[in-house]
Amino acid sequence: MNAISPAGVSAAAFLNRYTEEGNAVRAQAADLLRKAGLPRTGVEAWKYTSLRTLADVPFADAPAQPDGAAVEALLAEAVRAYALEEGLARAVMVNGRFVPALSRLPDGVSVARFAAGADLVPHDDVASALNALLAEDGLTLTVAPGVDAGRMALLSVVVAPDGVALSVHPRHRIVLGAGARLSVLDLSVGHGDYLNNPVLDVGVAEGGHLIHAKLQTEDPAARHLAVVHAEVGADASYDSFTLTLGAALARHEVHARLNAEGGIVHVNGAQLLDGRQVADLTSVITHAAPSCNSRQTVKNVLAGHARGVFQGKILVERVAQKTDGYQMNQALLLSDSAEIDAKPELEIYADDVRCSHGATVGALDADQLFYLRSRGVAGEEARAILVKAFLHDAVELMGDEALRAVLDRAVETWWNRKDA
Amino acid sequence: MPAIAETRDAVESLGQSTYKWGFETEIEMDMAPKGLTEDTIRLISHRKQEPEWLLEWRLKAFQAWQAMTEPTWAKVSHPPIDFQDAHYYAAPKKKPGPKSLEEVDPELLRTYEKLGIPLHEQALLAGVELPEGETARPPVAVDAVFDSVSVVTTFRETLAKAGVIFCPISEAVREHPELVRRYLGSVVPVADNFYAALNSAVFTDGSFVYVPKGVRCPMELSTYFRINARNTGQFERTLIVVEDGASVSYLEGCTAPMRDENQLHAAVVELVAMEDSSIKYSTVQNWYPGDEQGRGGIYNFVTKRGACRGDRSKISWTQVETGSAITWKYPSCILQGDGAVGEFYSVAVTNNHQQADTGTKMIHLGRNTRSTIIAKTISAGHSDSTYRGLVRMMPKAAGARNFTQCDSLLIGDQCGAHTVPYIESRNLSAKIEHEATTSKISEDQLFYCRQRGLSEEDAVGLIVNGFCKDVLKELPMEFAVEAQKLLQISLEGSVG
Repeated sequence: MNAISPAGVSAAAFLNRYTEEGNAVRAQAADLLRKAGLPRTGVEAWKYTSLRTLADVPFADAPAQPDGAAVEALLAEAVRAYALEEGLARAVMVNGRFVPALSRLPDGVSVARFAAGADLVPHDDVASALNALLAEDGLTLTVAPGVDAGRMALLSVVVAPDGVALSVHPRHRIVLGAGARLSVLDLSVGHGDYLNNPVLDVGVAEGGHLIHAKLQTEDPAARHLAVVHAEVGADASYDSFTLTLGAALARHEVHARLNAEGGIVHVNGAQLLDGRQVADLTSVITHAAPSCNSRQTVKNVLAGHARGVFQGKILVERVAQKTDGYQMNQALLLSDSAEIDAKPELEIYADDVRCSHGATVGALDADQLFYLRSRGVAGEEARAILVKAFLHDAVELMGDEALRAVLDRAVETWWNRKDA
Repeated sequence: MPAIAETRDAVESLGQSTYKWGFETEIEMDMAPKGLTEDTIRLISHRKQEPEWLLEWRLKAFQAWQAMTEPTWAKVSHPPIDFQDAHYYAAPKKKPGPKSLEEVDPELLRTYEKLGIPLHEQALLAGVELPEGETARPPVAVDAVFDSVSVVTTFRETLAKAGVIFCPISEAVREHPELVRRYLGSVVPVADNFYAALNSAVFTDGSFVYVPKGVRCPMELSTYFRINARNTGQFERTLIVVEDGASVSYLEGCTAPMRDENQLHAAVVELVAMEDSSIKYSTVQNWYPGDEQGRGGIYNFVTKRGACRGDRSKISWTQVETGSAITWKYPSCILQGDGAVGEFYSVAVTNNHQQADTGTKMIHLGRNTRSTIIAKTISAGHSDSTYRGLVRMMPKAAGARNFTQCDSLLIGDQCGAHTVPYIESRNLSAKIEHEATTSKISEDQLFYCRQRGLSEEDAVGLIVNGFCKDVLKELPMEFAVEAQKLLQISLEGSVG
């Protein structure tokens, strides 16, 4: 049985895959997919990104035992390229399955394997529904109240055999108790033709602090369809940065909800694209309590025929007085064939708020280039300086210094590879 | 400060009634039966003695409309509209050719009087010829549209001398078929969207303007729309064509009686600007907004679009939107010619249970095209107001520029203000800047005004007028004064 058959998601076999389990969330997800199908651009939430092409890919189930050498090589390459710390705690998922042998679990974090009954939380977006329908594995990372669990990596490796398209649907949860702290590097790599569809549920209790640095470097042929649902408590924070470099078609969707006073959410990110890549960063930040703060800075650097999409919504509910919301989204076009589509959106129902957003689109500033060149900096180097400076505004917002360094190296790697 | 005194007087003069245009005129009407079928369209076309090609054009639109569904993406909600439960044609029964004021239907005259149009001009509106040597004041030519038909157009002689055609579109179909046929539907195609298709099928009247090469239109042109009859929809169609080097300024105003049920207004406006020409289109929209509980009011679902076909042509939209229960309106510019300029200045005020989803589209096709968008949104009461705007830079729009500024002001904690910009660029050298803010009236500003002896309501009026100044200053003089008063009136009762 294929995960997504050529006949599309309506295929009864696909939708009924886990019906015998009797799981209500899976049934609800199947219902949603049956009604909505895979989204196309006529649907407002998917205005700039269509998943219709996925229906034509005959995805197979991921083999439980992929090529071990290929996995090791991808992991080693990631460690080397981004200079990950020696001894950094890590949980490794291979083809959507947790592999204890490759993992070094951190102290202070209790790790549990996915169980459909306990870990499937209902959501009403399509990418989460697709995951809910097919999730088989994943991890629940729990940090007890008051514990500072330090830093860890969540590594995803997908290796598809030649000529076969795989789909994997890991389901993770991160739960921080009151006053707990954790920094997570969420890194995905892979080889071949596959769909990676991870869904992460985040819960940060009062005074907790989660840093989520995501680095997406999937295979250029792959598709990446990720969703994060974050619930943030009183005086707690969810501080995220998503750097998208890989995949032919990518979408990172964040739904963050500020549930109690004093919560803080940062949904920052950058998408560096080349060739015919399409990447979409979509976020909905909901202020459901007074006196919360949300910040968002998103940058797109687009070369070749790439297309970058940013959709960011700040929703301020009636109760959320004294909200402070800020959103900035900027795109830099490096080629005449690149395209940016942005939709920064404010939806505000409370009057005593301060919300603003700004957006700019343009090419590298000719005056700035001239300034650098007049000081003897050669053309290509001057371009590199300006592009990195453009990205620096966003990357420097990452609260964890070591993870910021990882992101910086990833930007550097991308720029050098682009030139090659 | 005269502005404050003026707004205060405006409010005082109103007494208790908040919508002073809410009267109904009892005039004998010629109406089509309720419902919409091909026969309705044939009837409209027949009544208006239209040529065969226009009937076919209408039927084509009707077929397209039948296959379409209502758009749902806007942030507005209303019960489903029964399109079969309305009259698609309503015209005042007119005795042919009134020669003097005495011959004009006195009800019609009283309507103009109530609307505040001076008696002297009333004579003109009613089509009475002026004595030789007497020039009318102010020099604004008016086309008055009463329900489905244009009742009268003034100053046609003066305009004709300059070569400007300004007449009801139904007349233009007969007198200038080659022009109408060439441009009608060329900016908004028959199947453009649900409401535009409906309009194309059943439109009854509207204005037609043609300004020939090199002519600067000698006076402001104005259309006055009024929905009067019960259970009717108003579907007017305006077409403005400005040839090379010519220019025109056009004003549009609208009102309707107060009623408990909702009425549909689905208009289409098409503008065509050729090389080095300019069109300034100003609207003060004051359809009946419904009562304080949100009963009744006009559904204003309008498609307005201008094509800057020639190099260095310019189209400027200015709108002050205070009326209508629901507004769904996106005046747009298609900037085809190199160096073409598009502008959009908007103030949208919603109060009580009004809903507005309005904004613009700027499609940049030509090189070095420029657009500016200034949108001010004010929400009060239980209303919701959304700015929705698209800026699209196509691959050939090298050196194109856009600047957008959207500011929202919330008055009270039961309303909503939303901003939904769409920014799309496919050209490396195009530059787009967008900024938006949402805030409430600052306590400091209010305190400052109160301290100087202004009442809270006057203070809010002053601050709101200041907030909207960037847009109001774009309006022609007569409209700017009216718009300021309207803002004050629309927000009455929203503070304190």
